[in-house]
Amino acid sequence: MFKTVIGLEIHAQLSTPTKAFCSCPADTFGDTENTAICPVCTGQPGTIPVLGEETVRLSVMSALALNCQVSEISCFDRKNYFYPDLPKGYQITQYFRPLARNGFIEVRVGNGRKSHIRINRIHIEEDAGKTIHEGASSISASGKQGGTLVDLNRCGIPLVEIVTEPDITSSREARLAMESIRDILRYIGVCTGDMEKGALRCDANISVINTRNGQSSNRVEVKNINSFRFVEKALDYEYKRITQAMKDGKEVVKETRTWDLASKTTITMRKKEEESDYRYFPEPDLPPLRITGSYLEEVKKMLPELPDEKIDRFMRDYALPEHDAVVLVSDKELSGFFEETVKVTQRPKEVSNWLTGDLLRILKERDMTVGQSELVPDHIVDLLRLLDSRTISISVAKEIFSECVRLGKMPSNIVEEKGLQQVDDEEEIESAIRQAMKDNPKAVDQYRAGKKAVLSYFIGAVMRRTKGRADPAVAGSVARRLLEDD
Amino acid sequence: MDKSVLKKSLEELTRSELPLESFYRERISRFNGEINAFTEVREANTDCHEGPLKGIPFAAKDNIHSRGFRTSCGSRMLKKYYSPYSATVIDRLGRAGACLIGKTNMDEFAMGSSTENSCYGASRNPWDTRRISGGSSGGSAAAVSAGLIPFALGSDTGGSIRQPAALCGIVGFKPSYGLVSRYGLTAFASSLDQIGPLSRSVKDALDVMRVIAGRDPKDATTVGAERELFDHNLEPDLSGKKLAVPKEVLEYEGLDGRVYGSFMDMIERIRQEGGIVDEVSVPSIKHVVAVYYLIAPAEASSNLARYEGTRYGFSELSSSYLRSVGITRDMGLGEEVKRRILLGTFTLSSAYYDAYYSKALKVRRILDSELSALFGDYDFLVNPTCPVIAPKVGEITDPLVFYLMDIYTIAANLSGLPSISIPAQPADNMPVGFQITGPRMKDMDVLSTGAAVEAISPFLKDGIAPIPERWDE
Ligand SMILES: [Zn+2]
Repeated sequence: MFKTVIGLEIHAQLSTPTKAFCSCPADTFGDTENTAICPVCTGQPGTIPVLGEETVRLSVMSALALNCQVSEISCFDRKNYFYPDLPKGYQITQYFRPLARNGFIEVRVGNGRKSHIRINRIHIEEDAGKTIHEGASSISASGKQGGTLVDLNRCGIPLVEIVTEPDITSSREARLAMESIRDILRYIGVCTGDMEKGALRCDANISVINTRNGQSSNRVEVKNINSFRFVEKALDYEYKRITQAMKDGKEVVKETRTWDLASKTTITMRKKEEESDYRYFPEPDLPPLRITGSYLEEVKKMLPELPDEKIDRFMRDYALPEHDAVVLVSDKELSGFFEETVKVTQRPKEVSNWLTGDLLRILKERDMTVGQSELVPDHIVDLLRLLDSRTISISVAKEIFSECVRLGKMPSNIVEEKGLQQVDDEEEIESAIRQAMKDNPKAVDQYRAGKKAVLSYFIGAVMRRTKGRADPAVAGSVARRLLEDD
Repeated sequence: MDKSVLKKSLEELTRSELPLESFYRERISRFNGEINAFTEVREANTDCHEGPLKGIPFAAKDNIHSRGFRTSCGSRMLKKYYSPYSATVIDRLGRAGACLIGKTNMDEFAMGSSTENSCYGASRNPWDTRRISGGSSGGSAAAVSAGLIPFALGSDTGGSIRQPAALCGIVGFKPSYGLVSRYGLTAFASSLDQIGPLSRSVKDALDVMRVIAGRDPKDATTVGAERELFDHNLEPDLSGKKLAVPKEVLEYEGLDGRVYGSFMDMIERIRQEGGIVDEVSVPSIKHVVAVYYLIAPAEASSNLARYEGTRYGFSELSSSYLRSVGITRDMGLGEEVKRRILLGTFTLSSAYYDAYYSKALKVRRILDSELSALFGDYDFLVNPTCPVIAPKVGEITDPLVFYLMDIYTIAANLSGLPSISIPAQPADNMPVGFQITGPRMKDMDVLSTGAAVEAISPFLKDGIAPIPERWDE
């Protein structure tokens, strides 16, 4: 038996208006290279970093949302290494005294169970620039002359690094933990959580213990994982690789590996002994960061309800199944929309069905958010009313709903305009069935010979003739009557 | 408040009818060839701002940035680097009406005590051009001493303002750490660096401090509400002042007997004015050089990492990034700078951090507490600024001998204290400096007492440091 031990290091870009230590804009995704730069973030001689207030506020919010204890005094340090995208030759980080420690998250792993994942520390640091290797397929600093370009737009954007304890026991749990942290950071508005754009990045440490003999493998670090899927895949791959090595009696090398997109495997990035000595020491340009109790109180007041609490509340107050609550809450806007709607209709499960089913499917197809769509709570209220009064059938309702999302018209207006009222006039249904019986005498014979399933053919025929406006239940009973009578 | 003495001294100096700037520019072109104080001289902006220093030309050490000026830091690495922005001190002086007309020579990246480590060669001591001007702000000291400029800015990390001021016979002031913005000062050791004035009188230094001191949003280590600190008149009065002389200073075997003589002469004069001078013990003073040469190179190794040729400065390309960095730095940086980078890289390495860097920080804290205790009983700490008179150019080749020259100036940097060097009784016709160090933020008291010492110094003439005859024409 093998037991997996996984810890995560998550880097989240903070959504501040400016970079961490200068006044350059921080939202530079898609900007022309080297346009959001200044003497400070390009490391001109004589410049000095100054910590921005928003960086402090957003990192303290992150720490509180992840249940951490925020240090009254934390300090900045320099991490020294040479790389073309690191203009000062060091990165400002918090190594010796981080912003916050001892937090935790509760990760929902399904069936109402939660895993308690501890957070070791959260600290503030600055992002590096981007190295662009022209015409080279792999990342190596040994590119030919002129082959490597540097873009410093990203350089100096504030990050929080969130380090979990090795409490995670499977690759799936790692992905869920990662998603849960993303949801929390998005909820409190400190990070877009967009892994594709690099706003959220993940490194994972994994080791495996053989529970029979208590032997543990060396720890392997997997770096640069840039999607939630790859977190799971890379760790699955590593688990197999490490356990195989342990079974074969081979040594698992302590090293840093990286997820390789092409081969769908992890490959060696550098061995332990190749790792540089970062020569951490206190950053003399930045005084210690002091977080007072009153400041903490102030920031606490800004924190919205967090996803986990909200899921619990949705299950409790609206009697929703966990799955519904999780899906609704994973999107802050959607959960707000849900609550607004339920305030009027008091029919949470039905509203949830519309939102988690049809709405999410349509939004995904159209690549938009609920806020970008035309849908308003009144549309759903109206739609439910039309269904209650049996004015429309469920299939018509689905069609109308899609129009609400796209065009924002009231369902009753659409019904009116297009004449979509449900047909409950039995005469019209009867004539439709008689027509169908005439068109397909073979089906009539089959039914009368005992093949009752043929009934659905007649119901379908009615629906077609009435363009879906007939109530299938009524159509069924009328068809049964006619087929059995004659 | 007094009218600026700076202006009065200028009036005495400028016997010609020329505008100030042309007067000094003419002197620079006549004498700089021999003294080698300037690295660059430029037409100043003619329309100076209105302000307390209107029309007064000044020079800045070549590690202080001014937009459009070259800022070489005395290094081949930055010999062609033109600053894209201006230091806060330059902006402030500009707004006060002063005009920057030149940059002055220095030891490469301020590492040195003689300006011999400059890619421009050594600046010469105006009192004897065979001798060094001191360093690292040697160009600033030589320029002011020879009357090529009314005042100059320098930077002081371990004595780099006060030591050359002492060797060239002028006033050099290092303010309390945090009083003057370092924004735009090329960093050497950030926790020790401080900009300050070199001038021919204490009053001139005060006039400059009034303009350049003050909190700066661009430098988080500047402290608040201190601008008013200098909104006082000098009160030169020695009577009843309690001065402490650490016996560790007098017992130092490297102290030149002539310098000792000049120092004791000044002590005697102070006593005659009613000052109380006691010998005390500050045991950690014996360790300041060791502590300094652990902390300063460590910070420097990190501060100078940016000079690797990718974005600006000297660059030599090779087969890989790291190789290019290696060659660029090997060719672009001088011997002393490389020595200190290696030293700092070593002391910060994880294997030696605890043994060296961490221990040095501990001793730094002990020094702090010993000095705080001392300032509970005494107003000031006094000692010779430099244990020797200016050596000849090329005379000293052992870096350790230079390192030990900083022995009396370093403590003020390690503890962030205000400290001033005042010209005292010369020795063998060479200037000697008398140093006064005070408690943190007591800069005005240090200047006042400096003015009192200046008033009784046999060196000064009419309250101003004299220009050597050779240049006084
Ligand atoms: Zn910037």
